[in-house]
Formats: sequence, C-alpha cells, structure tokens
Amino acid sequence: MTNLVECRDLRLGYGSTAITPCPDFTVGAGDCVSIVGPNGAGKTTLLKCIAGLLKPVGGTLALAPGLGDGGIGYLPQQGPFQRDFPASVREVVQSGCQALRGLRPFYSRAERRRAAEAMERLGVDMLAQKCYRELSGGQRQRVLLARAICGECRLLLLDEPTTGLDPEATSHFYRMLHGINSGGIAVVMVSHDLDGALDIATHVLTLGANASFGRRARK
Amino acid sequence: MIDQIVEYFSFPFVRNALVAGVLISLSAALLGVPLVLKRLSFIGDGLSHVAFGAMAVAGVLNFADSMALSLPVTIACALVLLKSSRGAKNAGDATLAMLSVGAMATGYLLMNLKPSSSNVSGDVCTTLFGSVSILTLTATDLWLSAGLSLGVVVCWILSYHRLFDVTFDEDHARACGTNTALFNAVWAVVVAVVIVVSMRLVGTLLVTAILVFPAVSAMRVAKSFRSVTIVAAVFSVVCSTIGILVAVIAGTPVGSTIVGVDIIGFLAMSTIGRFLR
Repeated sequence: MTNLVECRDLRLGYGSTAITPCPDFTVGAGDCVSIVGPNGAGKTTLLKCIAGLLKPVGGTLALAPGLGDGGIGYLPQQGPFQRDFPASVREVVQSGCQALRGLRPFYSRAERRRAAEAMERLGVDMLAQKCYRELSGGQRQRVLLARAICGECRLLLLDEPTTGLDPEATSHFYRMLHGINSGGIAVVMVSHDLDGALDIATHVLTLGANASFGRRARK
Repeated sequence: MIDQIVEYFSFPFVRNALVAGVLISLSAALLGVPLVLKRLSFIGDGLSHVAFGAMAVAGVLNFADSMALSLPVTIACALVLLKSSRGAKNAGDATLAMLSVGAMATGYLLMNLKPSSSNVSGDVCTTLFGSVSILTLTATDLWLSAGLSLGVVVCWILSYHRLFDVTFDEDHARACGTNTALFNAVWAVVVAVVIVVSMRLVGTLLVTAILVFPAVSAMRVAKSFRSVTIVAAVFSVVCSTIGILVAVIAGTPVGSTIVGVDIIGFLAMSTIGRFLR
C-alpha cells in the first residue's frame, strides 16, 4: 500500500449508530487534506477514527504498515483544563516522542534532541522553559505542532487548530503548516477557517449532505 | 524542648513512626499531583469514605487485620468510580456522592449495632481522624505502610513521563499508542492503596488533605510538571515532619496537626506565588 490512509465505504458514528456516511478517500505521502462540512457531520469523529481513538461503525479504514505505532502526530481540540496545566514547553514538546520512548522510563539523548529540533523548527525554542499556561493562543498551537512532529511523524492530524487565534496568528500558523507539509509530512485537518485551510490543501473532503472527495489545484 | 525531642526519639517506635509518616506523605503528595491536575481530587475523598465503611465492616466481622478487607473493597470502588467518571457525563459526580455517604453511614451503623469494643465513639473518632497518638500504631502497621509507600514512590518515578503524557493530553497519548485505559486502572489501584495506607496516619477524613494540599500548594509557585512534582514532594515531607514533631511534643492528634501545618504551608506558598507573579 503506497497510500498512508485508505478508506472505503466508511460509516462514522458513536456506539453502534452511524451518523454519517463518508466518501471513499485516500491520503498519500505529502498530501494535505482539508475536511469541511457542517457541524455534526462527523469531521472530528473521522479524525479520531484515523488516530485510532474510535472505531468506525462500518467499512474499512486501512493505515500504512507501522503508521499506527507513532507515525501519526495528533493535535486534538484543546480541553479547558490544559490551559492551566503547569507544564513547561519543553515537557509538552518532548511528550511527542512518547511512542519512540515506548516502555523505557526516561527519554534518550536522541529523543531530547528531536524535541529541541522540533522547537527550533517552529520557532518556540526561546520559550522552552516557559510555562505552557502563560503562552498566547498562537504560541500554544505552535508548541502543540512541535509536539506532533517531534516523533517519527508521517501523518499529521489537526482538529480545528486555529480556533481562537487572531488573523495574524492564524496566517502564521498556516505558513508553518505549509512548510511542514512541503517537507513531506501528510496533513489531514478539520478547520472552520476555510480560506486559510483551503489555501494550503491539495485535497478537499466534504462531509454531510453533499459528501465528496476531490483534488484541488494549489494556488 | 530539644531535650524532650531527644528523649522521645530514643524510643525506636517514635523513630519508626516518623519514617513511616514521612514516606506515606511523600507517596500521597506524588499521587496528588496527577489527581489534582485531572480534576479528580474528590475521588480521593470518596474513596477514603468507602475505606471507612470497609474498615467498620471488617471490625464487625472480626477480621484480624482490617486492611485485608478495606484494601480490596477500596480498589474495587476506585475502578468503578474511574469508569463512571468517564462514561456518563454527570453520573460520576452523583455516583461518588452516593457511594461515599452510603459507605460512611453503613460503617457507622454497623459499628453501633455490633460494637467490637466498649468505646464506639472513640473507635469512630480514631478511624475518622487518625490515631490520637502515633505511638498507638503497631510496628507491623508502620513497616507495612512504609513498604507500600516506598513501592508507590518507585512506581511513580518509573512511570513519571507516562503520567505526564496521560495527564496532560489523554487523547494524544492514546493516538501515540499508549493503553490509557489500562494505565488509568493501574493508577486507580495505586491511589486506593495509598488512601488505605495513609488512613492509618491521618484518618479517613483527612486523607484528602495530604493528597491535595501539597499539589495545590506547589502549583502556586512552580511552572513545570517536574518542578510541581519536586515542590509538592518537599512540601509534603517538610509539613509532615513538622506536624509529627509538634504532635509528639504537644500531645495533639497526629492527623489534624499535619493538616494544620499543611494549611499554614499552603497559605505561605500562595503568598510567595503572588509575589512571583
């Protein structure tokens, strides 16, 4: 299988009730898929299925070999309590290497270096000692992005990454994301901010009434 | 006063009590950090009430060691509560309230219906607020408590990073392949063990204090998970040592003296935190 993700006849839902059908789609290396659709169409659910947090109600969802063991970087919607969690930026980014760490109790030197490189890449290395709860919304998302790419990430899943960001921080975030995507990491994201998300998307997956999947020309 | 302390500490059981007390507080403080951060402080409280009920039942059934019953019962309740807190949205809260009040009422009822000694209210008071004097704790109690606490501390250090991963972002940890359900279950068991063990020192009502005070105090001044952990551990050890010493010298009940010192420590940390900001 050359694709990272292949979905066929997928039906999404909670428990055993399917809420929505999903068009067949594939995600190849380096693709950037934007998921759009009305509220309740199953965008987050689809992302959680790919991340392995939920099981689809029906159909097949196949991941490339080894992708499920640390190849996926996931950036979930932020819960309220994370905003006052006492954690330093370094600790948060480092936790992106947890799949590499496996059953070892502590991080190796190589893993700590990966975290440092990821922080540098996203321009948050100056904040390494800072407390996560003292950061601005844009800084936080960059930290979480650094966490997502610091493992052996081949596929990045983002759930509404720009919610609560001002326009400037949003466009900065998308530029960063575009850079990561151009480096060969595939991206699948849910976003309410259609302009920015569609700007960098190579494919668009629409859920809901007019479900469809298609390629789009990049600007 | 120094002479008095020296004299007291010439007795081995006083020294043992101090060592066990400090180890119990240390393990409780370490566990309290993820518990507070995950907003589960009240599970600790509820479980201690359950443990009270179980101890009363053990007393009525003439168990030689009440821990033989209270430990498995508390562990079972910890697993049930953990499950209900993630399943239905608000049921966890109500389940906890019913469970803790129900266990306390049943325990008190049984203690009165079939008293194991002539002094029921004295027994109840000891179970609720801990031994009046640490000197009444038996040597076996102390060594058992010390051993279990040491085990908890070692487990905690070995799974420190995983604890951070799961506490900070459980979904992310699962997406990275961590079996969070299993991990949470294991830690629910550990929390239950610590609660049952520390009940001997501070009593069922005050267990929550040594779980929660160090973590909350540390969060006032520390800004990373590692520093919160270290500050909480040091805070707890210092407060418990002072508390036990004061209790020995002034003859006050150990549990409430330790909690009193915790309260003063918390106020001090809050003030320091305000200046640091």
